[in-house]
Amino acid sequence: MAADSYDDVAKSKDSIPALEVAPQDLYHAKSFWTKYIFCQDAKVIGIQYALTAAAIGMVGLVSSWLMRMQIAFPGLIPMDAAAYYQLVTMHGMIMVVYLLTALFLGGFGNFLIPLMVGARDMVFPYVNMVSYWVFFLAVLILAASYFVPGGPTGAGWTLYPPQAITSGTPGGDGLGIVLMLVSLAVFVIGFTMGGLNYVITVLQARTRGMTLMRLPLTVWGIFTATVLALFAFPALFVAGIMMTLDNMLGTSFFMPAIVEFGERLSYDGGSPILFQHLFWFFGHPEVYIVALPAFGIVSDLISVHARKNIFGYRMMVWAIVIIGGLSFIVWAHHMYVAGMNPWFGFFFATTTLIIAVPTAIKVYNWVLTLWRGNIKLTLPMLFSIAFIITFVNGGLTGLFLGNVAVDVPLSDTYFVVAHFHMVMGIAPVLVILGSIYHWFPLITGRFLNERLGRIHFWVTFIGSYSIYFPMHYLGFMGVTRRYFEVFEGDAFTYSITGINQFITVAALITGAAQFLFFYNIIVSSKLGKKAGKNPWKACSLEWQTPDVPPTHGNFGKDLPVVYRWAYDYSVPGSDNDYITQDTPPSAVANAKAEQT
Amino acid sequence: MIDKKESIIKQLTQKPWESAQVKVDNLHEGKTFNLHVGKLGLRYIMVVSTIMFCLFIVTYSDRMVYDDWVRMPEPFLLWINTLILFISSFVFIRIQLAAKKNQFEKTRRDLILIGILALAFLIGQLLVWQNLVEAGYYVSGSPANGYFYLFTALHGIHLLGGLIYWAMTIKKVWNINNIVIRKAKHTTELCAIYWHFLLAVWVVLFGLMLFS
Repeated sequence: MAADSYDDVAKSKDSIPALEVAPQDLYHAKSFWTKYIFCQDAKVIGIQYALTAAAIGMVGLVSSWLMRMQIAFPGLIPMDAAAYYQLVTMHGMIMVVYLLTALFLGGFGNFLIPLMVGARDMVFPYVNMVSYWVFFLAVLILAASYFVPGGPTGAGWTLYPPQAITSGTPGGDGLGIVLMLVSLAVFVIGFTMGGLNYVITVLQARTRGMTLMRLPLTVWGIFTATVLALFAFPALFVAGIMMTLDNMLGTSFFMPAIVEFGERLSYDGGSPILFQHLFWFFGHPEVYIVALPAFGIVSDLISVHARKNIFGYRMMVWAIVIIGGLSFIVWAHHMYVAGMNPWFGFFFATTTLIIAVPTAIKVYNWVLTLWRGNIKLTLPMLFSIAFIITFVNGGLTGLFLGNVAVDVPLSDTYFVVAHFHMVMGIAPVLVILGSIYHWFPLITGRFLNERLGRIHFWVTFIGSYSIYFPMHYLGFMGVTRRYFEVFEGDAFTYSITGINQFITVAALITGAAQFLFFYNIIVSSKLGKKAGKNPWKACSLEWQTPDVPPTHGNFGKDLPVVYRWAYDYSVPGSDNDYITQDTPPSAVANAKAEQT
Repeated sequence: MIDKKESIIKQLTQKPWESAQVKVDNLHEGKTFNLHVGKLGLRYIMVVSTIMFCLFIVTYSDRMVYDDWVRMPEPFLLWINTLILFISSFVFIRIQLAAKKNQFEKTRRDLILIGILALAFLIGQLLVWQNLVEAGYYVSGSPANGYFYLFTALHGIHLLGGLIYWAMTIKKVWNINNIVIRKAKHTTELCAIYWHFLLAVWVVLFGLMLFS
């Protein structure tokens, strides 16, 4: 800010009129059912989303353990190829859609958006409540596929036809694939209801003084990701509906003429590549649907815990928006080996590499925010730094895979597995974990246990690198992903099987650390050290509620009025090293905010 | 005070640290658009639906250029059903005008007519399906058949969704009093916009199937 801006405003403080935001007509719960189960309070809905996503996420985590056991020690756990592919498929789909998407948008979105923008609740609380229960139904349908004859689908999380709905694929001729497709369609419907709330609350229900360019970057990340989802999820929905019809009614949208076990099926003339285009038109923006909220949240965590304003706020906002826009014109880089006109490959490689520019801006700005900051190595900060490192690592391997000539030999190897796990698995999860340590005091009024948290951090950080760094080598050596058995022999050397065993042990330990984290959450929510109000001395509105944890309606009798952005840390002339967003200029008349 | 016509681009390029901007920002009411949330919500739903139908249309366009594409016949009943949708839209324009003038008796009468027309449309579409199946045009018969049944089913589902909102509108207009009169008008307007949207979607889908 210009050096004298607050002084100017302080002098004219009397010109600021009283709060004129119309009070929101809130639903007040009267029974246990409407308060905790069919609740319309966004904070409760956010927690419901988070718990459901975590529960199904545990299924995904255990699936990865079992897969790793099979790869490293074949035969130790009784498992056939079908079961292995079912684990691979369910792990992928659960982690990407039902854990990460639901947790970032449904969980953090619901809990944080109204609090951060200064609203009492989402604009359509009833629709918001229904959105959670539709999501819950989607999870139940997905979980039901474990119990039907033939089990869940084993088609891989991309569900490519024709193999996804033919009998050679696990769950392909039974209910497994049907339940997966129906679950995804239901998920999209539920998400659309939730997204309606996130978008319109951010656009229309902010409190007085909260302009778009004063929003915390967390809100910008979640908002932009929701807009992306608004455009991307219909593609998944369309693909899912058409494949369900191919499977159930015998249409040939995606199914070509095909012979199955010597028998000519009735399909004719469908295009499997068309499905791939639809899937990745959803699938690539999905990466950013997960990444953008992480970008936003980590910006806030770094700023708070380095006691420094975020470097280049406007550029950070623009980068989020530009990344979101570009994410829709890169999808076919997932399909280089599917066969495409070389000019298409050139186009998609170019757009893919262009995304590196706004992404690099963000990374530089995070680092520059840390530079000469008063860095507190709290758990949220540790996870944030780990995120930056991991995201850079994962991003760099993305530059390899974005190029057609390099991608072709690396396609379908463990290099790809390592890349996408680093960039959209571990990196966002590190942000999730860091943000839980950050906002847990707001949710429960208590800190998470510090000692357990540090053990959790170091095991997770070192463990993740132990898992995914060696995978790059496996990929370079040509080890193909999705192989059911990797025995030592002519094809696979001792070093390959040895690395696989090392990775599996690391995965078991890293996974176990997450259960330590769950234990910490359960115990600390009752016995943790009391946090009090605004324990991190943060500027944004969610910490300025009269009650901690915030109660129904969030802000007591009057909504806050916003006078500044969310990053006034270490402002020269200010008595404290932070000025909250709702601090009027007259209260900090001597503060000289720096230009951002 | 607040410039309601401020574009998104202008808002995103503001420099909130400048003293002049700080003064403006402190007076900002917190809304991006000068629109009711209900109306914006409806636009959101229409955008999502439009994207979905566009994607279906893209896949349709991709498939129809192949040599083995065989068009479906267009039963005359489809034209009648299309006419029903046009009439519905026209009736909704009357409803909007009546609601604006607080003529709720007329609004109620016309809303009932909308319900009857919607049912007639849905029954008409089912009859089209029945006729086509009897003529041997099964859903799995050819890609064009599949798309025809898919488009008509999705449009029908959208109309059923519209009927739920129509029922809510009826309820509000029937129990009208001074307190809810604004809400009733608002709901009626949103319902009308959705119905016009349904007509637009159908015209595009029908036109596509007719001229491909």
